[in-house]
Parts: sequence; structure tokens; C-alpha cells
Amino acid sequence: MSETFHIVVCGGIVPDPLQTLEPVAGANGPALKNEMLLPHVLDPWAGHALYEAAHLAKARAGSKLWLVSLAPKAKLQQVMMTVAQRVPLELVAVDGASGGFTDSFDVAAALAGAIEAIPGLDRTRLLLFGGWESASRAAGATLQMVGERLGITEQFQGVDELTVSDDGSLRILERVEGGQHQVSVCSGPPAVLGWATGNLPEPANSPQIGMQNMRAIMPALQKAKAAQVTAGCTFASVALPKQQRETRVVKDAPVEDIAREIVDWIIAE
Amino acid sequence: MSERSAMDVDIVCVGFGPATGGFLHTIAPKLAEMETPPAVICYERAEGLGFGVSGVATRALGIRTSFPELDPSQIPMAAPIHEEKLLYLLDPTGASRRSPGVRALDLLAKLPSDNHAVEVPWIPSFLHKKNGLVLSIGQFNQWVSEQLMMTGTVQLWPGMPVAEPLIEGEAVVGVRLADQNGEPGMDIRAALTVVADGPVGPVGRKLDDYFGVPPGFERNDWAVGSKMVVELPDNCPLEPGTVWHTVGFPEPEIFGFFYVHPGNVASVGIFVPSWFDNPVRTSYRYLQHYVMHPFLWQWLEGGRLRSWGAKSLQESGRHGEPWLVGDGFARIGEGSGATNVLTGSGVDEAWTTGVQLGESVLELMREHAPYTSENLKRTYVRRRRESWLDAESRVAANARNGFQRGFLTGMVGMGLAAMTRGRVTVHGHSRPSQDRVQPMEKYFARRIPLPEISRIEKQCRTDGISLHDRLMDRVGWPPIPFDGELLVSHQDALLMGGKVQGAAGFGDHVRFADHDLCELCRRRICMEMCSGEAIAPSKDGGAPVFDREKCVHCGACLWTCDNIQFEAGGGGLHSAEN
Repeated sequence: MSETFHIVVCGGIVPDPLQTLEPVAGANGPALKNEMLLPHVLDPWAGHALYEAAHLAKARAGSKLWLVSLAPKAKLQQVMMTVAQRVPLELVAVDGASGGFTDSFDVAAALAGAIEAIPGLDRTRLLLFGGWESASRAAGATLQMVGERLGITEQFQGVDELTVSDDGSLRILERVEGGQHQVSVCSGPPAVLGWATGNLPEPANSPQIGMQNMRAIMPALQKAKAAQVTAGCTFASVALPKQQRETRVVKDAPVEDIAREIVDWIIAE
Repeated sequence: MSERSAMDVDIVCVGFGPATGGFLHTIAPKLAEMETPPAVICYERAEGLGFGVSGVATRALGIRTSFPELDPSQIPMAAPIHEEKLLYLLDPTGASRRSPGVRALDLLAKLPSDNHAVEVPWIPSFLHKKNGLVLSIGQFNQWVSEQLMMTGTVQLWPGMPVAEPLIEGEAVVGVRLADQNGEPGMDIRAALTVVADGPVGPVGRKLDDYFGVPPGFERNDWAVGSKMVVELPDNCPLEPGTVWHTVGFPEPEIFGFFYVHPGNVASVGIFVPSWFDNPVRTSYRYLQHYVMHPFLWQWLEGGRLRSWGAKSLQESGRHGEPWLVGDGFARIGEGSGATNVLTGSGVDEAWTTGVQLGESVLELMREHAPYTSENLKRTYVRRRRESWLDAESRVAANARNGFQRGFLTGMVGMGLAAMTRGRVTVHGHSRPSQDRVQPMEKYFARRIPLPEISRIEKQCRTDGISLHDRLMDRVGWPPIPFDGELLVSHQDALLMGGKVQGAAGFGDHVRFADHDLCELCRRRICMEMCSGEAIAPSKDGGAPVFDREKCVHCGACLWTCDNIQFEAGGGGLHSAEN
């Protein structure tokens, strides 16, 4: 149990998915309407990665945890007010456009550059965490490219569990088809882990963690370097998934009836 | 449960709204100049600082004083007021309950009306918001918080409800955070506790319980403000800064507003007051009838609901002013009785109380004086008493008393109070809402036969639903033609453009103290006016059930029923556009 890690979590921010999101054509390509007015949250996939990372860092005394985030500085600051209460972390902020319409290649380059510049980061002990997917897009490409740019060849995606064995090797459960997991073992860091949902709940707020984090977060935000991220391609069209909202409050309906109604609806569609 | 932990800071603020914004904006730049600045921390229940439920038309006297170079275009959804109208709305449905006096007024107004509305040819000066601003309180709070955080001198923590004050002897020594995930909430010990948790906040109420209230104190007058943020149709010609105040519809007792923000967006809302006697008064259904009033509908038809929300407004004004200070604490904002009930203005007043406390705290810091009751009185309370805020509050103190005797008497009372600077008012005895609201049989006496009321009531109990829709349908309110865009069901409104979500780890914040009492209760006004349908009939007919996933924290249940315990809780409605 002597293995310690330097864990870097790549985590973007997204408009709160519970808000009304509407794609519009902006000057530089597609955008979300009033995106800067909407409250943002840490990308839920990255959130799982962060909470797993915090748990691991706590269990392995001497480990360190960084959160590297590329986002508009003002929005990132708002998100940090919530996130920074939950886990002890060091923020590395990169000021740039976030959202679903930026090019993964540019984003990966900016994140990799920021990680390479972290003072004191021991890349032989590096575990690069992030979301397997993202609430703003689901290409699942960014984290892989960050890993490749950092020369990390051990990559795992759709991770639900990481166990560190006594010999320091990593036992990793990756999601595969049919609700099954693939079990892999690698000898140790460096490795890339793109998390699915993991197993841990959101940690409770801790005023002490918040106080401690915030002392470094504001300076980190103030010195965030700007990154140029582009759309990288031309979007032919952008649309929300088709949805139909029809709310009814029905109590005590038998499961069979609910299932039958859903099947009828799918057939009718 | 593990042991409770504690942390020491210098100043702890409870709630982040305009009052705390004013306070922190005043002290933050000075703290930045100090070699060892005090630790200042603020906890807010909502999950973001851009929460808040208010479309605001404000004179912004205090806000402009704090920001002398204010450029409204820097604040999202803000615009200078450029047109202001007072409209009397007639009832196009025939369902509104109108007294003979109001019917006479309707006859007079009918002749010059356009689309069932008449523009009142002059706006009383007290209602004017000249040189003021239209704001979204959510966006304003967010804008203020961004600036505060960038100073690096204060810490703002959303998503963290505060349960109660820590009291030792006669002094407040900090606050206790709400329990989370079964763990005891942390004690935050502070030399000064700034209480700004609004009119239904648990910390302010617990201070009142412990220290008592000043002679003459009463908080019987309330309203539920319910509003929509609407994306106007593309061709809507209304300009940002358009402000309409309305009276007369959907019921004479219900006032309304229509404010246009930049970006072709409007805030449209109503106030349902505690002196409205209808025992089944869901603000949401009334709000839908309001937006469908022909005068408003001509601009709103084809629009889209962006978000929706509701909150309680403390309308006792000066009469609801608690002890403003004590050893170790000071109260600011709406919960400190700052709202001007004559002008219907609260945001700028709340901001100003925060500024006054901020200036006072800086003065005491310079003197190295402790935050004792005496010191806070000679600084904060003195500033407040010597300010325009207090002078206007005195004028407004009894302005609304007349509404206790009816809509028209109330309007006359407001006019008299305004014209005589508060020297002449109409007398009206204010009663708590639960004592005042009429039984269904009385309120609907001439409109629904008694046996039918009983039948509807029985059927609703069997169906497990509240009464208001059935009774409103019965007295002639037309059905809402849901279009899935602007006119949506109450449940859908909870899901559209906002975030109504009980935060994980916190307990239920609404509880029913005596279940036997609930079982005997026929009126069940807690369900009938719940803004989020979070309080609903139980299967067994006993105490209602509470679903915190739907609660928007409006707090209306608190002031309509003595049997409700409204405690600290996380979550609630969060739409930064509100």
C-alpha cells in the first residue's frame, strides 16, 4: 500500500443539463442560446472521475490531485464554488471556450500543454483521469488524445472500478457490451482512465476543504492562460434530440401497464 | 453520526441575495487593502449564486450609488427603464370574483378599453421607477458574485444550507450548517453573523424565537410572487426597459407585472397576497390566466416559457422589522423588514441595508471595536435610521392596511398614504393568513351550491388531488389550452428551464408538526397554494406528503399554516434567468 499517485483529472464544465438548451447559429459556428447566462456544472462524467480520484488520493497518503479544466474563466469560477467544497484539489485553469462545438484535437492539445506545465508533476506516477464521455458531446476522443500527447500507452475507457493491488498494479473494470465488465491489469502508472459512472456517491460539502481549496483556486483562475480552441470542422446542422414531453401523474399503476404503454408508444413512433 | 466539527472565521453571512451582495461589495475592496484581512465567508442554500426569483423593476438608488459608473449592458438581462405604464385589466372570462365596487369600476373602464385593458392616465409618483433598471435578480446576483470572487477576499459557498444560529447566553457566536449525508453539520464560529436568509429563512426566524421581537412587530402580510421568464415571439416590437404594472385581473386582489429584458425576453408575473381570501389559490393557475389576458396575450402569443419560479414576499414592511442587531449579529435584507410596501420595492432596499452594514463593519474594524449590540446600533442601525430607506419606510408603514378591508379600500389607502407622506392612512386590522382565509363554503357561497362543494371535495380526496383546479373550473375559469411552449402543466413547468431538485444528502425541510391536526384539517391550504405541488394529499387521508424534489422553497406553506415546520434544506428552484 505504499504506492502513491499523481492524479490529474481533466474535467470540463457544461451548462446545467436541467436548463433549457437550444442550439443557435453563432458568429463562429453553432452555439447554445444564452450559454453564458446559464448556470454551469462540472461535466457529470468528469465529476465521477474527480470523486474517484479524490477517494484514491485519500486512500493513498502522499498522493496529489489536480483538476485541469478548460473553460471560460468566469463560468469556471462559479462551478468551483460548488466543486471545491467537496474534494481537496489543486486547480489548473485554462481560459477558453467550452461546450460541445469545439474541436477535440485543439482541446486535447491545450489540456496536454497545461498538464506538462504542472510544477512537480511526476509523470512516472501519473494517473490521468477524465470522463469516458461528456454531457456536451459523446465523441470520447479528447482524453485519449491527451494521453497520447503525454505518451501514455495504457488507456482504459468506460471504467467503473479501479483497485490498486499490494504490488502496485492496477486492476481495472471497463464496461463492455451486454452489461459485462472487462477486467484488465496493468503494472502501474502512468495510465489513462476514462471513467463511466464509477461506484462512489457525490461527496458531502466540507467547509474546511472549501476554505483550503479556495486559497489556491482564485490565484489559479487569475493566472489562467488563454487557449485558442476552434470548431475544427463545419457543422452542417445542429439539433436537439427529438423529445416529446407529456407529463401525467399516475399513482400505483402496475408495472405491466407502464411497460405496455411504453411499448405501444415506441411502436407508434 | 460522527462528532460535530467546527471552524472559526471572522464574519459569516447567511444567504446570498442583494443584501449580502451589497454588504460584501462594500467591504471586499477594503479587505483587499489589509495586510491580514479577516476571513469572510457566505453560505447559500441554492445550488448556485445566480438563483433568485424576481423580475425586478427598480429605481436602483442604492445600487447606482454603489456602482456610480454602472453600465446596465454589462449585467445580463438588465436594461434602463424607458417606458412605464399602469394598466387596469378587465375580466374577459367572467370568472373573476369582483365586488360591486369593482364591477362599477369595470363599467367605467370598459368604454376606453383596448383588449380588455385601460391605461391609467397617470402613474402615482410612488410607483414610478424613473431612471431605474429592469433586472433579472438571478443574473444580477451572478454578476455581483463574479466580481466579489475575483477580489479573492471573500468566499461564497452555494449549496450549503444553514440550519440555525449558534447562541451562547445573549450572543450569537456563529451558525450551524445543515446535517448532510447523516453527518452533523459543521459549526462555523464567527465574531459577526450577518443574517440575510430572507423572510422565510430559518436563522432569522430562530433569532426571533430566541430574542423575541420589538413591540408592535407583526408579520401577517405576505404574498406569493409567481413569475415566468418568456421568450417573446420574434416579431414582438416591445423594447427592453418596457415596464407595465397591472391591477384588476385575474382577481382584483392579484397584482401583476410585465417587464421586458434585452434579447426579446420578458418577465411576467403576479402577486397573490395573504389578504386574498380564496382558500384554493394556486398561483400557477392564476399566472396562466394572467398571461392569457387578451392585452398581454397579444404580445405573448407564440412565446416560449424559458423558466418559472415563485417566492414569498414579506409585505408587512416596517411592521415586520425584527431586532436588527444584537451581540454578534446583524440582520439585513428582506428578512430585516427592509421592503417598501408602498412602492412595492425590495431589491434596492435590501442592497442598501447591506451597504449600510458594510460601512458600519468597516468603521468598527478601523476602531478595533467588537461587534456588540451597542456598537452595531451606533453604526449600522444609526446609518439605517438616518437614510432615505428609513424615511420612505415610515411613509409606507401603514400604506397597505386598507387591503385588509378589500381591494378598493386598499387602493384608496395606498393613494392617501402616498399623497400625505404616510400621515393619513386607512385603518385595517392585519390578521395572520390562516385566521383570515375563508372556508370554501363561504368564499364560493354564491357560486357553487354547498352540496356540490362537498361532492367535489370528497371526489378530490378520493382521487388524491388538490381542489383548486376543480373549483376554478367550476366557477368558470376556462381550461388552459396547453401548447407545450408557453402554456404547460404545472409539473412540466417544474422541469422546464429551471432546476427543481432536492440536493442530495439533506433531509426534508418541510414537516407537519402534528399529524392528527392535519387529519382533522378540511381546508388544507398548504396543498392548495403550494407553488410546486410539492405538498400533496396522502394515500391514507392523513397528513399530506411532502416531496422535496418539487419544492421551490417559496415558503408559502410556512405563513399559511401554523402546523408546518419549514427548516433549512438544500436545492429548490434554480434558474439563473429568474
